[in-house]
Amino acid sequence: MRQFSAVSGRAVPIDRENVDTDQIIPARHLKRIERDGYGPFAFEAWRRDPEFALNDNTYEGASIMLTRSNFGSGSSREHAVWALDGLGIEALVGVSFADIFKNNCFQNGMLTVELSGEDIDHLMDLARKDPQTEIVVDLPTQTVEVVGTGWKRSFEIDPFRKYRLLRGLDDISMTLEYVSDIEAYEHRRDNASFPSTAPSQQTNVRWRPTA
Amino acid sequence: MTGKTLFEKIWETHIVDSPLQEAARRDALTESGELGDDNVAGERQDLLYIDLHLIHEVTSPQAFEGLRRAGRPLRRPDLTLATVDHNVPTIGRDQPNPDPLSAKQIDVMQQNAEKFGVTLFDIFDARQGIVHIIGPEQGFTQPGMTIVCGDSHTSTHGAFGAIAFGIGTSEVEHVLATQTLRQTRPKTMSVEVTGELGPGVTAKDVILAIINEIGVSGGRGHVIEYRGQVIRNFSMEERMTVCNMSIEAGARAGLIAPDEKTFEYIRGRPHAPSEDNWERSLERWRQLATDDDALFDRETSMDGSQIKPFVTWGTNPAQSVTVDGHIPYPQDVAVAEREATERALAYMDLAPGTPIREIPIDRVFIGSCTNGRIEDIRAAAAVVKGKHVARGVNAMVVPGSGLVKRQAEEEGLADIFIAAGFEWRDAGCSMCLGMNPDILAPGERSASTSNRNFEGRQGPGGRTHLVSPEMAAAAAVAGHFVDVREVIT
Repeated sequence: MRQFSAVSGRAVPIDRENVDTDQIIPARHLKRIERDGYGPFAFEAWRRDPEFALNDNTYEGASIMLTRSNFGSGSSREHAVWALDGLGIEALVGVSFADIFKNNCFQNGMLTVELSGEDIDHLMDLARKDPQTEIVVDLPTQTVEVVGTGWKRSFEIDPFRKYRLLRGLDDISMTLEYVSDIEAYEHRRDNASFPSTAPSQQTNVRWRPTA
Repeated sequence: MTGKTLFEKIWETHIVDSPLQEAARRDALTESGELGDDNVAGERQDLLYIDLHLIHEVTSPQAFEGLRRAGRPLRRPDLTLATVDHNVPTIGRDQPNPDPLSAKQIDVMQQNAEKFGVTLFDIFDARQGIVHIIGPEQGFTQPGMTIVCGDSHTSTHGAFGAIAFGIGTSEVEHVLATQTLRQTRPKTMSVEVTGELGPGVTAKDVILAIINEIGVSGGRGHVIEYRGQVIRNFSMEERMTVCNMSIEAGARAGLIAPDEKTFEYIRGRPHAPSEDNWERSLERWRQLATDDDALFDRETSMDGSQIKPFVTWGTNPAQSVTVDGHIPYPQDVAVAEREATERALAYMDLAPGTPIREIPIDRVFIGSCTNGRIEDIRAAAAVVKGKHVARGVNAMVVPGSGLVKRQAEEEGLADIFIAAGFEWRDAGCSMCLGMNPDILAPGERSASTSNRNFEGRQGPGGRTHLVSPEMAAAAAVAGHFVDVREVIT
């Protein structure tokens, strides 16, 4: 996992509810087998709408994305996070995030911060009125601050998640520390006749389509 | 002492590290000052054992690459099953794949399966199909299991009383390497559907009604247990349709307590427990029910007898109305939803007040992990039989698996569709997500049995209306939406 401690930068407001991951990265761009290179296709359809915030080049270089509720709903595609990363986004500040998307962000060291609807209204207003508005998202102090205005809010994060993000810990390595527990669990469960995917003795399963 | 929900029973028997260990770890971190002064209670994350890991070509290549880079083995190939479904052509499989990126992704799945010793149902295996169709079909999906897949519709398997949920690619890698996942424990929610459904009202209409009621984020952070007479009366395939779309209500998963129907469905399938183990399995499975005195974090109930066939009109699955209704007027919806409604209507090119039955369609798609099983295909065929697709409408059936396709052909259903002017394709996800060439042209309008009507989901500029297989079939014949209850009586 990538380490995260703080980000300071401009914020681009995505003022829509329930933004699904099909919008963030359409399925036709999921054919690649790499983890990067998705930035150019991020929000592909909405990039054709001149009113869409990402088309306003005053937001170019923004490292924070402001979002509404249930952002990242729908498909589990982690490519959505990789696409936002490709845009240079380091943290998302919104009302709420869909469960799988939130996990995917965490896995990539991209912080998701949840604030109230009123706070997001305020931040979006500021970002629209002055796209140069500088926002600081600080993980150690768990705060979001608008530079030079005194506006500051605290956010919640699970301490253990915070710990892992601050150190950029690799989840797999951490879990493998529990390998003796995993083995002990397997020893118990493997007697319980759970199904195996090892090849079965089925016949008549090969076919060739007719031309 | 309060009883336990079905969800809690399964979850708790899959925790690998004792919760005490996790607490001790946190305490140690707090004492050493590494967690700061934060409240260590926090959200609880458990390390869960995963009984079945389904993988496919689109969300696994980066995970295998991660394993390779770290030099890690795949811990349990015998609990991992691979297929190709999202990105496969549904026509012309005897020809080279004309899309080099697609061909490569399918090849890479094959290579990874070989290298890591994973059973793969490839495109020339009759068992190939949509990952959430083949799991139950082969008997891999059983009560009391934990099942994950890099696909949000993994919730489908919850129909068997399993905890099944979608994960991202980094988590796929974690499961490949450790056969476990560290997850925050979701809250529980009961959705009860009482009474009896009327004729022509299907499982698809029930789940669309539920999503309409609780909204696209109504289940966020929760696992839904579907209960009540309507659910008990459903076949296993109908239960799968309901659980499948749990994610469309934002839920982490959906599940239904197993019963005799569940056990009968599993019995004799290739990977079902052997005869020797059958009684022992039944004994374990019969414990899997929510205790009478268990408490859910949230509960909701609806009267099944009031549910009618649903049609979505907007760009998320909660934006729906019954077939006898009309396109909403933005001024009639809640202020908070007005802008989204206007936006959706503009995208869908629909005028407020238009009766649903007057909306003409260009394309019909029958298939997907929601409605691509044999019962769905039978139900659609019954509506189509002896009729013909309306002039100007392109309609296709994409069976959910090679075995569903074969069975439909044996039952004469394929002939009914072909005679009616439908295209009869090979198994895959196809137009549900528009990764392969099966897509809508810009501006085209579909009646689709799939699960998502997001902007551009079935192709850039395409307009999707989600319906049941019966409603889709009736629309194909009429060229516009019709109330299937009037067609079948």
